[in-house]
Amino acid sequence: MSGSRIYGAYALCIVSLTALALLSVSIGVAQFDLRQLFTNPADLELLLLSRGPRTLAALLTGASLAVSGVIMQLLVRNKFVEPGTTGATEAAMIGLLVVTLLAPGWPIFAKMLAACITSLIGILGFLALSRVLPPTQPLLVPLVGLIYSGVLGAGVTFVAFQTDLLQYLGTWLNGGFSGVLAGRYELLWIAGGVTIAAYFAADRFTVAGLGPTTSRALGLPYRQVMAIGVTVIAIVTSLVVVTVGLLPFIGLVVPNIVSRLMGDNLRRSLPVVAAMGAGLVLFCDILGRVIRYPYEIPAGTVFGILGGIIFLWLLLGRRRNA
Amino acid sequence: MPNMRIVLLAVLLVIFSATFLIWGLSGRIWFILELRAVKLSALIVVGCAVGVSTVLFQTISGNRILTPSIMGFDALFILIQTMLVFMLGGFGYTQLPQLAVFGGEIAAMVLASLALFTLIHRRSRHDLQMLILVGVIFGLMFRSMASFLQRVMDPSEFAVVQGAMFASFGGIDRVELLLAGTTIMLLSVGILRWASLCDVVALGRGPAQSLGVNYNAVERRLLIVITVLVSCATALVGPITFLGLLAASLAHALMRTHRHILLLPAAAMIAAIILVAGQALFERVLGLQSTLAVVVEFAGGVLFLILLIQGKIR
Amino acid sequence: MISIEALNHAAGTTQILHDITLTIPRGGLTALIGPNGAGKSTLLNLIAAQADVQSGRISVDDLDVATTPRTQLAQRMAVVAQRSDIASRLTVGDLVEFGRWPHSKGRLTPYDRAIASHALEVFDLTNLSHRFLDEISGGQRQRAFVAMAYTQQTDWLMLDEPLNNLDIRHARGLMGELARLVREENRSIVIVLHDLNHAAAWADHVVALDAGRVAFSGAPDQVLTAEALSTLYNAPIQTHMIDGRKVILHHR
Repeated sequence: MSGSRIYGAYALCIVSLTALALLSVSIGVAQFDLRQLFTNPADLELLLLSRGPRTLAALLTGASLAVSGVIMQLLVRNKFVEPGTTGATEAAMIGLLVVTLLAPGWPIFAKMLAACITSLIGILGFLALSRVLPPTQPLLVPLVGLIYSGVLGAGVTFVAFQTDLLQYLGTWLNGGFSGVLAGRYELLWIAGGVTIAAYFAADRFTVAGLGPTTSRALGLPYRQVMAIGVTVIAIVTSLVVVTVGLLPFIGLVVPNIVSRLMGDNLRRSLPVVAAMGAGLVLFCDILGRVIRYPYEIPAGTVFGILGGIIFLWLLLGRRRNA
Repeated sequence: MPNMRIVLLAVLLVIFSATFLIWGLSGRIWFILELRAVKLSALIVVGCAVGVSTVLFQTISGNRILTPSIMGFDALFILIQTMLVFMLGGFGYTQLPQLAVFGGEIAAMVLASLALFTLIHRRSRHDLQMLILVGVIFGLMFRSMASFLQRVMDPSEFAVVQGAMFASFGGIDRVELLLAGTTIMLLSVGILRWASLCDVVALGRGPAQSLGVNYNAVERRLLIVITVLVSCATALVGPITFLGLLAASLAHALMRTHRHILLLPAAAMIAAIILVAGQALFERVLGLQSTLAVVVEFAGGVLFLILLIQGKIR
Repeated sequence: MISIEALNHAAGTTQILHDITLTIPRGGLTALIGPNGAGKSTLLNLIAAQADVQSGRISVDDLDVATTPRTQLAQRMAVVAQRSDIASRLTVGDLVEFGRWPHSKGRLTPYDRAIASHALEVFDLTNLSHRFLDEISGGQRQRAFVAMAYTQQTDWLMLDEPLNNLDIRHARGLMGELARLVREENRSIVIVLHDLNHAAAWADHVVALDAGRVAFSGAPDQVLTAEALSTLYNAPIQTHMIDGRKVILHHR
């Protein structure tokens, strides 16, 4: 891929993200007019307290989920996994649930930290599991991931059921941005920061994706890169679960689309992955707000359908030109 | 001795069933017995449907880790049910005769799954990885679509479908039990006539065809049987993801044979035993209600992972 | 006799076989040779009804492959595919007994069992009959599949590169056994071969494919010339007579 085309892709990302953000800011139940932003104080307040945070939250969530999906795929060396299908999300929920039960008074940051730690353990568990699988059957990895996350999920449901926290759990299961206001999403900036930090390790992740033997032969401290990757995924996953809830598919769909369009060199593709994740999530949030106006459909549900269609089209469409 | 093990399973199933019926019986005995008998029949026919459909599915997909529910079959059923409520309205749905609804749902399900299977198959005939992935994604998508429709519909209509979304062995509808139960038992017993044909199909497309089996036709027929079984079980109690996987893996591990005449009854009985014993344990010993499905998911998943690590499943 | 008329075959947009017209004589061992991607396996699969004929006609003796029911074909022709991955856990003995399926439909008679156990003996598998297929070596598995096809007791036997994974002794033994079947039991065999010396030593008839077309066909002594083979494989190939046998050299 030539340099000019990459910059073209970057430019396209910036333009479409800006357009989506403007659209997102102007759609909603309350009256809002961008042109009166500086003359009407109500409009400015709406932007700063509700619409702005909501738009930013969607962008940050989408970008960081997509990037953590890519990292997961490189670490496991399988294109068909993402944190949501390999137990990371369910493990984060376990942490949240435990804190809610044992120390309900803890601040949100402490809850997030607990979720992060259990999520980390969950990911390590999956990595250990994927090591014992026969390498001749790559399709086992995503399946085992699904079963592993199913087991953790069943554990979460059981505990929640016995402790009457099922409803509480429900708010995490349907990821959406309708509850996002200023003061309730800022943790996501950490996810954004971690994602940007991951960009600086992009080359290392790319090499690690070639496997332990190759990366050691190239002089890469494989374990160290794995540790960084796992930490990034755990932080992003737990932050997203705590603030907006479950958003499946994004980490799976976006990296696969980008990989088909521009290959797997992360240094080049990571910005596009982040932008596409951000754009798709925001687009789904906007769609969810518009379809049944004035009611809302969670972005996670919309993406479940839209992402599924895109992914199937990618998978099955590939056959045609193969 | 595989034959002895089948007998052993049957004896175990009878013992657990009797225990389930009799244990702690007091008060209005006949009333309670009847309630329990309904529940027991539901547990057994669902176990039968799940066990048989999973073994058959693994036979035609040539894979020991795939199950109809992993491939999104029960999600598809829930989507169809939700669409029906959505189109007819909650009131219209409950007013229709049960037989018509049941038959209509199953017919729609068979058509939809055949269409999907043909579509997927044409594109990825020999690419199992693709097949699985597409199935899993379809499953996730169906779930999202169903929950999307549920968001869009009235709360009163939502209440009608809500019951179908989570597995539950509480309030079993008797007419439904009669319809689904008869269908399941007829199919499960009938399929035994094809047991040795299934043995050949398990060899895979190429070898089976060279042995004179019209593979495509047999595959389509087995798929219809699987679809109907899954639909009946899902209609009765809702989706149970890992029970099939658990029962089929245990059946293979216990029977150590490739012969479907033994594998099919074994898987059916193992699934039924898990459900009956689990429900007895939950209701009578632990005093917990209606979380059996969750525990089956948990235990099934854990056992599967253990089998996998030990290299029992390949 | 297998007769193929105006056979064309395409996978997607790639044309694999171009207008092939060919007859394969009964009662002999016919070797299909040719470079990678020449269409040998495709041709064999089409004859064996493992893939649908797109245009043209193939008939085995009096049976049109496209219209004859599979059960009937399976009593006339047995196939050993190049790669067979079987998911179910079968023993070698089980697998070989499946060869009787076209005749017994799963209810094995003592006669069926006798044939199966004879096949195990012929292909040196008796000691392995209780071993599972996933516990034996690739070459042993290959022999088990050949034994299963043999158990079908058909007039025609189609084999796609059966020598893959076989050591020298078993490769030689298998070819010798196939030649014996042709000679003593009057069977007809079509076999895809890469080793030209096996073709020269055992085949009664050779068909060479190149880029989906028949390059040449005939008796091995006449058609396996240094010139024809060098053109076919686009590599320098020599032939020598040693002790009255044709030996094909190509290593350097």
